[in-house]
Amino acid sequence: MLRLLTIEFHKLKHNKASKILTLIYFGLLTSIALIAAIKFDIGFIQFHLADMGIFNFPYIWHFNTYIASIFKFFLLLVIVSMIANEYSYKTLKQNLIDGLSKKEFILSKFYTVVVFAGFSTLFVFIVSLVLGFIYSDYNEFSIITTDLQYLLGFFIKLVGFFSFGLFFGILVKRSAFAVGAMVVWLIVETIFKGYLFYTFRGLDTVSESVDGVMKFLPFEAMSNLIKEPFSRLGAVKSIATSVGEQITKSYGVEFLNILIVMLWTFIFIYGSYALLKKRDL
Amino acid sequence: METILTLKNLDKKFGRVHAVNNLSFDIKKGNVYGILGPNGSGKSTTLGIILNVVNKTSGEFTWFDGNLSTHQALKKVGAIIERPNFYPYMTASQNLSLICKIKGVSSEKIEEKLKIVNLYQRRNSKFSAFSLGMKQRMAIASALLNDPEILILDEPTNGLDPQGIHEIRQIIQQVAKNGTTILLASHLLDEVEKVCSHVVVIREGIKLYSGRVDEMTASKGLFELKTTTEKTKLLTLLEQHQRIGSVKEEGEFIIAYLAEEMESTEINAFLFKNGITVSHLVKRKPSLEQQFLDLTNNK
Repeated sequence: MLRLLTIEFHKLKHNKASKILTLIYFGLLTSIALIAAIKFDIGFIQFHLADMGIFNFPYIWHFNTYIASIFKFFLLLVIVSMIANEYSYKTLKQNLIDGLSKKEFILSKFYTVVVFAGFSTLFVFIVSLVLGFIYSDYNEFSIITTDLQYLLGFFIKLVGFFSFGLFFGILVKRSAFAVGAMVVWLIVETIFKGYLFYTFRGLDTVSESVDGVMKFLPFEAMSNLIKEPFSRLGAVKSIATSVGEQITKSYGVEFLNILIVMLWTFIFIYGSYALLKKRDL
Repeated sequence: METILTLKNLDKKFGRVHAVNNLSFDIKKGNVYGILGPNGSGKSTTLGIILNVVNKTSGEFTWFDGNLSTHQALKKVGAIIERPNFYPYMTASQNLSLICKIKGVSSEKIEEKLKIVNLYQRRNSKFSAFSLGMKQRMAIASALLNDPEILILDEPTNGLDPQGIHEIRQIIQQVAKNGTTILLASHLLDEVEKVCSHVVVIREGIKLYSGRVDEMTASKGLFELKTTTEKTKLLTLLEQHQRIGSVKEEGEFIIAYLAEEMESTEINAFLFKNGITVSHLVKRKPSLEQQFLDLTNNK
């Protein structure tokens, strides 16, 4: 496993584009801290985001993992191009001739995905911890360690998302087209969701029925892992109650969702292997 | 003698194209083999199959008597097929050290191999900046990194200028001299004739000949004769001769292919006894080219 990782990182570390994208990505992760600096001070309206409670433990775990997962597209480009390059440089062929098996090839990419996701999680953990210590109103150990499952959700989400990209990279062999194919998939999923709404339109529990089906599709399952945190914010909540809206939503990282995304990850990785095995290069 | 590679009834179909048809041969240690065939005859496909990049349709092949799985065996093999493929953004040394990692050998030989192919001065240049000849030489260096048991080369001089071709051939001959087994696919006859001791001739995926190069060329031999006066009599005489296989006219010469070994003095005496004097008599061994064309056209 270590051998496969060193092989893959040798390929990445000399590639300028990949290095820059990775740097930008981790730079953006750090930039979450900049949200703390958002401060409006227009006469009598004073608005300081950091004081709104977004950096309170344990809410910060939810908020930061959600924001951080938006940046995953930068790393997706690295992942997809590291596959597509092997095709366009024809180095995949050379790697196999040099004695790498097709299985080892896929595994070396997958391990890299896991390491990237792992580092991102660690990074978000450290950034959140530091921000939390600076701005959080509660600093008891038991509160800090509450809701750490958001980090697990974040990790699983990244691994699933990058595996998705890896699969499309193998499937279409071109980075731009692979990313395009993912967008198409997202559109198809959205259209399908609309179709479901149309089919279930007579029912009382329309959105529950639709969600019941949709949660098994990859993009939906990944976005279900970490739900939007904004409506959970104390300030927003109090506004909602004042206008008579009741927000009764479960915000947790659900075990079933983790399972579904892990299953998709397996399908994508195994699918990549099966594709590669069948192909004549 | 130790067997390095065995092919048994290997078959590959691309849709309706039968690229490799029931191909069997052995590669023994220490010999230099050539796979000879016109373009599109299945040479590269055959190499692709044994190198794990093309899936066979049926049949089997085993490396090192089947003691190793294919990808393990390939770590003891050095191979370059078609164009040299490396990461353009890495330098020569960086590319080679990646290959060392894949093959699981230490990277201390990089310098030595780069010197063999005369690229040591350019070791820190990016691969993308290399000329085709340099790329091909670097491919050879990469194939030699693990001191392979067998070196497999697919059209190594394709697309090179005469100087490049000469350099590559010199390197190959040098490697062969050190006792490394070589398998060389080529459509260039003189390349095979110059470098190889054994040859496998294939056309449309079918094996036409396999054996030593000198046996292929020396199998029979032929006479080239010319007479000014009695051409028809000469033709009939030759056709009736037991040790002559076939006779044909080629311009002003008559070509008689031998069925059995015969010296020119014998045929001269025979013709003289029958009242014919020839103005031209030469015994020839058919060139590899002639043999190759015969083999690939007749069947």
